Amino acid sequence: MHRAIEAVWRIESARLIGALTRIVHDVGVAEDLAQESFIAALEHWPTTGIPENAGAWLMTTAKHRAFDHLRQRKMRQRKHGELEQDTAGLPPAGPDPEASVDDDVGDDLLRLIFIACHPVLSQEGRAALTLRLLGGLTTDEIARAFLVPETSIAQRIVRAKRTLREACVPFEVPREPDLPTRLSSVLEVIYLIFNEGYAATKGDDWTRPELCQEALRLGRILAELVDDEAEVHGLVALMELHASRLPSRTGPSGKPILLLDQDRSRWDRLLLHRGLAALGRAEALKQPLGPYALQAAIAACHARARIAVETDWNRIVALYDALVELTQSPVVELNRAVAVSMAFGPAAGLELVDALAGERTLKSYHLLPSVRGDLLMKLGRHAEARVEFERAASLAQNARERALLLARAEESRTRPSNVRPM
Amino acid sequence: MRVMVFVPADKQSEAGVMPSQELISKMMKFNEDLVKAGVMLDGQGLTPTSKAKRVKFSGSQRTVIDGPFAESKELVAGYWIWQVKSIEEAVEWLKRAPFDGGVEVTLRPIFEPADFGRELDPELRAKDARLRVEIQRQKMS
Repeated sequence: MHRAIEAVWRIESARLIGALTRIVHDVGVAEDLAQESFIAALEHWPTTGIPENAGAWLMTTAKHRAFDHLRQRKMRQRKHGELEQDTAGLPPAGPDPEASVDDDVGDDLLRLIFIACHPVLSQEGRAALTLRLLGGLTTDEIARAFLVPETSIAQRIVRAKRTLREACVPFEVPREPDLPTRLSSVLEVIYLIFNEGYAATKGDDWTRPELCQEALRLGRILAELVDDEAEVHGLVALMELHASRLPSRTGPSGKPILLLDQDRSRWDRLLLHRGLAALGRAEALKQPLGPYALQAAIAACHARARIAVETDWNRIVALYDALVELTQSPVVELNRAVAVSMAFGPAAGLELVDALAGERTLKSYHLLPSVRGDLLMKLGRHAEARVEFERAASLAQNARERALLLARAEESRTRPSNVRPM
Repeated sequence: MRVMVFVPADKQSEAGVMPSQELISKMMKFNEDLVKAGVMLDGQGLTPTSKAKRVKFSGSQRTVIDGPFAESKELVAGYWIWQVKSIEEAVEWLKRAPFDGGVEVTLRPIFEPADFGRELDPELRAKDARLRVEIQRQKMS
């Protein structure tokens, strides 16, 4: 029974917190009120059974407490003669919440997503708050996902709620001209969560699939709420396509396997097709392709190749050209260099990589020496390659990746050059 | 985790009789809700077994049998694949489906690659155990 109630909570909590935030104008209070109705459910439902419309039960219970809370707040403020200040401190009030008709549920959820990902919060604050309010994850679950102590996550969440309160962030769906940056912030948070699961930067695990699933779920939800923005579908496509490769990304004992070495028969075809479909939705909107859609298009090129040698590298290079122009990012330029090396040979790629040698932002980026090492190997320059792999290993933060790079350093010491694509 | 949901066939579906407009519309809304919740991965209806074929395997022998097949209670008329955190979550979703008339709908978790890997690999099992210890240590610090 407890697990069934938790399942109902997972389904209903975000929507509930959204509606409550609209009423009480405070995300922290909203979550507390929602929690109270969850506890009430845990108390009553074992006896009464789960109500037929469990969501409505939770909503009604929570709303009663919300209106009580508002009444008490008004009474306190009247007592202290603070009523004038009240309206100055709160964000602009909408229509009287007690009289309001139920707004569209989707709008509340969307408002909650935007507020949890607000740029005024730190990146880690946004991620923790999003997983908590929208994912319904416990502090403990979030801590395990990011491999940080539970207390750190608890602090991040408390701090985030306080920042939102003090900044009087309004509970609304942003409009032009703010919408693009605000949406960008949301996509960034979702992608951060996904990447934490896909290519874990710390710890021993190469991937943490549960985080990928959570990010995918949030992305899919967002794609239904904001279905007219190509970048939203682009992000979903990118995540679906990357997730489709998860089953083939680690070998026995968790050893990482690079894209071109993966057994493509193990790629999840359901996710692959969903990814291609999402990319189709992005492209059908006939908007210029943004960074997520472009990255998805690149991933789609890999997805469409039944075997690695069938990859359309020329198309990938063209997509990277567009991506570099859009992002001006040295990391993207590095990825383009790899694609160029595949399309036009290692020497061409090495020329581009060497041009990045002075890039300040890539100084501690382990993939720069890693790529350089790989290209040098292909050109038969083994001694230089070994130096690069060792340097890359020293910069890598993930234990599995470090081991892989050290193995390549060893290989370059002992074996003649063989064709080993990145 | 992923769950597959099997919608059983009945005499109507086997006869190719379309459900009522009301039921179709309720089912569409249900599917929409699943998509909006990010739970729906896949869902398809299957044609009546009059269009189906069976292959029987015996040693090197292959026998092809044409539908329709009589045992409609055991046949599947459609399926869903849902992405959920637990089977209880899938159950709560399924409860919201507009089925009626005593029909029983089965849900089954799909094997994850991890199910094969982790259980069988002693190194991974040991690593999981170490990670659990580490998490406990962090909890107490």
